[in-house]
Amino acid sequence: MNLFLCALILLFGGSLIVLPIRKSSLAALLGTLTTVLATPLTGYVALKVLLSGQSLSLSLPWSVPGAEFNLLLDPLAAFFVLPISALSLFCALYAGAYLEHDGQTRPLTPHWFFFNIMVLAMLLVVTASNAVLFLAVWEIMTISSFFLVAWDHHLEDVRKAAWLYLLAAHVGMMLLIALFILAGRYCGSLNFSDFGLLAKLPLSIASLLFLLALFGFGVKAGLFPVHIWLPDAHPAAPSHVSALMSGVLIKTGIYGILRILSFLPPAPAWWGWLMALLGAGGAVYGISMAAQQRDIKRCLAYSTVENIGIIFLALGFGMVAVTGGHPTIALFTFAGGLLHLWNHALFKGVMFLGAGALLHATGTRDMNHMGGLLRRMPLTGLLWIGGSLAIGALPPLNGFISEWLIYIGLAQAGTALEGYAALAPLLLFGLLGLVGALALVTFSRLIGICLLGQPRNSTVACAQDTPPIMLICIGCLLTGCLAIGTFPQGALRLLMKPLSQVTRLPIGEELVQAVAPLGQWNLMLLASLVVLAGLLVWLRHLRPLAQAATWGCGYRFPTARMSYTGEGYAGFASQHLLPGVMRPEVSGGKVCGLFPPPTALAQHSTDPVLMRFLQPIFVAIAERCQWLHWLQQGKMPIYLVYIFVTSVVLMAWSIWAGGHGGG
Amino acid sequence: MIGRIALQLTVLLLFAPLPLGVINKTKALFAGRIGPPLLQPYYDLARLWRKGFVFSRTTTWVFLTGPVVGLVVPLLAVQLLPFGGLQAPISFTGDLILFVYLFGLSRFFTAIAALDTGSSFEGMGAAREVTFSCLAEPTLLFSLLVLARSADSLSLGALLGPQLANQWLTEIGASLGLIVVCLFVVLLVENSRIPFDDPNTHLELTMIHEVMVLDHSGPALGMILYGAALKLMVMSALLVRIVLPLQTGSLFLDLLVFLLGLMGLAVLIGMVESTMARLSLPRVPQVLVGTMLLSVFALVLVLR
Repeated sequence: MNLFLCALILLFGGSLIVLPIRKSSLAALLGTLTTVLATPLTGYVALKVLLSGQSLSLSLPWSVPGAEFNLLLDPLAAFFVLPISALSLFCALYAGAYLEHDGQTRPLTPHWFFFNIMVLAMLLVVTASNAVLFLAVWEIMTISSFFLVAWDHHLEDVRKAAWLYLLAAHVGMMLLIALFILAGRYCGSLNFSDFGLLAKLPLSIASLLFLLALFGFGVKAGLFPVHIWLPDAHPAAPSHVSALMSGVLIKTGIYGILRILSFLPPAPAWWGWLMALLGAGGAVYGISMAAQQRDIKRCLAYSTVENIGIIFLALGFGMVAVTGGHPTIALFTFAGGLLHLWNHALFKGVMFLGAGALLHATGTRDMNHMGGLLRRMPLTGLLWIGGSLAIGALPPLNGFISEWLIYIGLAQAGTALEGYAALAPLLLFGLLGLVGALALVTFSRLIGICLLGQPRNSTVACAQDTPPIMLICIGCLLTGCLAIGTFPQGALRLLMKPLSQVTRLPIGEELVQAVAPLGQWNLMLLASLVVLAGLLVWLRHLRPLAQAATWGCGYRFPTARMSYTGEGYAGFASQHLLPGVMRPEVSGGKVCGLFPPPTALAQHSTDPVLMRFLQPIFVAIAERCQWLHWLQQGKMPIYLVYIFVTSVVLMAWSIWAGGHGGG
Repeated sequence: MIGRIALQLTVLLLFAPLPLGVINKTKALFAGRIGPPLLQPYYDLARLWRKGFVFSRTTTWVFLTGPVVGLVVPLLAVQLLPFGGLQAPISFTGDLILFVYLFGLSRFFTAIAALDTGSSFEGMGAAREVTFSCLAEPTLLFSLLVLARSADSLSLGALLGPQLANQWLTEIGASLGLIVVCLFVVLLVENSRIPFDDPNTHLELTMIHEVMVLDHSGPALGMILYGAALKLMVMSALLVRIVLPLQTGSLFLDLLVFLLGLMGLAVLIGMVESTMARLSLPRVPQVLVGTMLLSVFALVLVLR
């Protein structure tokens, strides 16, 4: 634990040292160095905990009332510390090169300060074992990530997105404060070690706590339908911050839910069903929206909603299986959910960092302005295609392994349960298949429109490949994806300890044995691909070669303007497959008259949950509250009266409480 | 195991183009023509093998991944399937999901290889193909689940096992009948046959699968055609096994029954192609949704 504490102190010290530095390059160097030195330490400690299963704890004096500075690194916490450490390391290395251009015009000091604080806060959130400490670091994590999202605050969109994030995060925070106050009142202490008493709660109160946790943490996690901040905030933030937020920061929400569930009494089935249904809804909704975005980072943000949905689906159905007394099914779905959480950190890292590389090279996030980038940025393109395979859950990469485990859990439930009880898991199984097929639409579109074909404008045509350090970071993450894909047994062995902690079930070798054939199969697939590709390359050298223009029905001079656009590619799906509310708003494009003038057509995709559901509600509330305006009289004496009245009421209350409460 | 893998591969590689010849012969027969020789698909492949390549100036290495993955995937997927009475060479719990996702992999690469040319026709074909499979894939999964539920197993080798013959006679038979229809529709969609797509159409705008491979040439085009033939045979094998679950125990007879079933299915596809008109494009998703509901209904029946 000392090593872990050293790393925390290093991060804190590092962020403070950066503060007085005005020179960008020095700030970047120190900031990167801090993370690079600290995160391997935390990762190493987490790995040791995961392998040995022995928890580490630490207690330091802290003078805040009701609070104690208690840290606990048990397998569940270590399960989250590991991806946080790994992804922070690569994002920090990447950020140095990514922000270099930005650093010439303004100091990078604030960025590096908040970056290291955010990493520190994430590590503390998953290890804090006192409610006050937890809420404090949770808030620090929110604030620091808010400042990172608002890095390009000279743009109005970025300011708006950051503001929405801050609002949503604090609505969640309100629920969390209520949750911990309720729990603390019942247990008489705010230490997590005393929260074991919650297991004796009556079901009604426990359900209230569960709902508070689900939505309080769900806002951060991007759980449908409270994901609304996510599609705006991820495109607004710098790419490595998006990667870190999407990869690990939002996962702290899932950590919170799992932690609270570990205190509560055994879950009734409807808790699990609620989580599974919200998850399934989020998965379908997220991927359908992702398929229609032209902003590449917004597309990836929606895909985060999808993946979080899949994780919730797995965890929720696992809870149902635990309640129903089906340990094998529960193990498979929980293992799938937890592994998907790790996998998502890896491949979403690849995708966001890769998107950042494209943005860095072309200066645009709009896929309709890109095209032909694979020729200009061959290595970035290769890594991005690999990431797309992983995120589309295609063999031989890691996304397939975790979804496979979830599929197996659902299918086993479908074959083992009696009668119509089996229908629900089987329908969820089919739904997951639909999500997989839609993911294929989304990512073949992302690759095809951005990287392939011809460049659609002149900046894109002279784009340069990414600096090597950024490529190495993306490459390392993709190697992780490939390693889990071809050797899933290793990842599952690391998962055993947190899995048994979360499910409270004994675990044998069945999981590791079940995935072993998949790993071999993936290796075989890779080998056969290499052999056949070799054959084709050999044939290419053997046979005569000729170059020509792309076939255009006999038209000899095709241009980039004639190639398919992002909207075109998704159009068939969005018009004939997806519900109308999800369609982007179309403006312009009307052609009339015999000799029509040039006309433009624009599509704009907004989040239907936010625009059609939540925004009208909040606007209505704001209108109802108009009459409160008369409180603001704008005269000093009246405000003084307010202060006086408040003091009197508080004084009276404290006297009354002193008389009754004895304290 | 090596022996069985080799046998499976030999049968597949040897006989895969034959059903295409049978389909064309059937169509010719219906139209009152003599039609191309039965072995024409083999001649085509041999001709393409000897030719050179023509590449579009826009394309990159991605363009060549389409043919490679399209050929590798059926070769690997077939290892999970029993060919008639022959056991599946490789079988493990959950391989049915792998089977479905392998074809997803080949679809992904075919689509991005099409987009690599930068042609709007090929983009259009890719968009249609990936959209249709959004509906075909759940149907395939539901149909496999019906089999899994009635066989109480999650490996293709076991759920297409010898118990199928008895199941036709029990109350599960109704569900099996429904999923045979569903799988036939999936077979037609995935292999771009009429009424969903027309492999012989001459207008790029109306094509789906064919337009995606417009720019391929020479051996690469040969690999694509061969891959498509392999895919047709692999998916037909699934259907033939369900409809003809005969098992004699003799290797030769089992293989003969399987091949006869395969040719019968090819004749059926030829008959459908000769007697039906192509569906208009917006109709296709409706038909596919209907098929998906049918497969869910089969699932409900088998749960009863």
